[in-house]
Amino acid sequence: MSYLADVAALARKDLLLELRAKETLPSMVLFGVAMLVVFRFALPADAPERASGGLLWVAILFVALLGLTRAFVAEREQHVLDALVLAPSDRSAIWLGKAAATLAFLAAAEAVAVPAYVLFFGGVGWATLVAVALADIGLCAVGALLAAMAVSGRARELLLPLLFLPLAIPVLIGGVGSTVTDDPARYLAFLALYDGVFAILAWASFEYVVTE
Amino acid sequence: MAAVVARAPLVHARGLEKRFGPKRVLRGLDLDVAAGSFVVVTGANGSGKTTLLRLVAGLAAPSRGLLVVRGERAQLGFVAHDPLVYRELSALENLDLYGRLYRIPERRVRIGMLLERFGLWDARAERVETYSRGMQQRLALCRALLHDPTLLVLDEPYAALDDEGAALLDRELAERRSHATLLLATHDAARTAQLETDRLVLAA
Repeated sequence: MSYLADVAALARKDLLLELRAKETLPSMVLFGVAMLVVFRFALPADAPERASGGLLWVAILFVALLGLTRAFVAEREQHVLDALVLAPSDRSAIWLGKAAATLAFLAAAEAVAVPAYVLFFGGVGWATLVAVALADIGLCAVGALLAAMAVSGRARELLLPLLFLPLAIPVLIGGVGSTVTDDPARYLAFLALYDGVFAILAWASFEYVVTE
Repeated sequence: MAAVVARAPLVHARGLEKRFGPKRVLRGLDLDVAAGSFVVVTGANGSGKTTLLRLVAGLAAPSRGLLVVRGERAQLGFVAHDPLVYRELSALENLDLYGRLYRIPERRVRIGMLLERFGLWDARAERVETYSRGMQQRLALCRALLHDPTLLVLDEPYAALDDEGAALLDRELAERRSHATLLLATHDAARTAQLETDRLVLAA
């Protein structure tokens, strides 16, 4: 229980920081909606529904990337990661707290972006909504680990997309598959498997990422 | 370099070396810090004081040599160049976060006592970004002392403190001297000369 209390304290801190700074979430919302507007005009009027389904997932992926780019900014600028690493709590709690906070921001951004998508391109099915929830978990689990890796590098703004996008391709495949096929169950199962595997890998390896 | 103390060391280093790329910051350092001692680390800029303290705190790994620090992470207090607090949060919010992570019993009482002692009580609800550098340093000391550490590692703790703040730190170090081990890097070794048990001078 103390582990979860540490995670809750760290995630709560991130939410409080965002409440004060209001930098990450508004950017994610605006970027997501702006992308969908661009896609609306870029897509030919007679384009198949399957194409617009794919664009939703491109928007989600890049909104998540934007949130992750900002994830460790406070820790980097104020070197607070040193103090968090020195605390006696399990260091993976830092990862889980950050992943949980990023997940909350991503879900909030999608609460605006998905209705915008419905407005521009038509409705989304239940399978797509479940896929979005599963994809968010996987993107934030992997992304929080990679953001911590990138934060200490010199070319951190370049490094995170280079690390994150290849690892996010399975999420894109699972998400698009569950949106455009008549049998989304296997794609949803694939996304759940991705979440499980990468969450365990990120949880187990975070300690080595934040210690020299 | 100098061997400092030779009895039941809390910190034990032999042939310690740290490189940053081609640059060698520490070279063949031997160091023993006994439990209960107060070791002052001095030396010119670039001599490796901060690097040594970060190695002892476990925030960096040696490139070569042996370093053993006895005790648990929870018993270490660390004051760095930066205050290591969130600027957008208040002093209370910052200390509450660390109090939770260190599982400090009656943390609110402990936080209140430290903020009073370091003269930050009246500014406790203000965001740290509105603090002067000296106030931030006082908060950094509160953070490092919050869990009553038995090994206190301080990197230039007097930096940015005014006379009153420095006098507060003098008193705090004198009190801690009886039940904690202290490793303090400074350019002003005269300030702590009466408290120190050993001095390590690093060559640039």
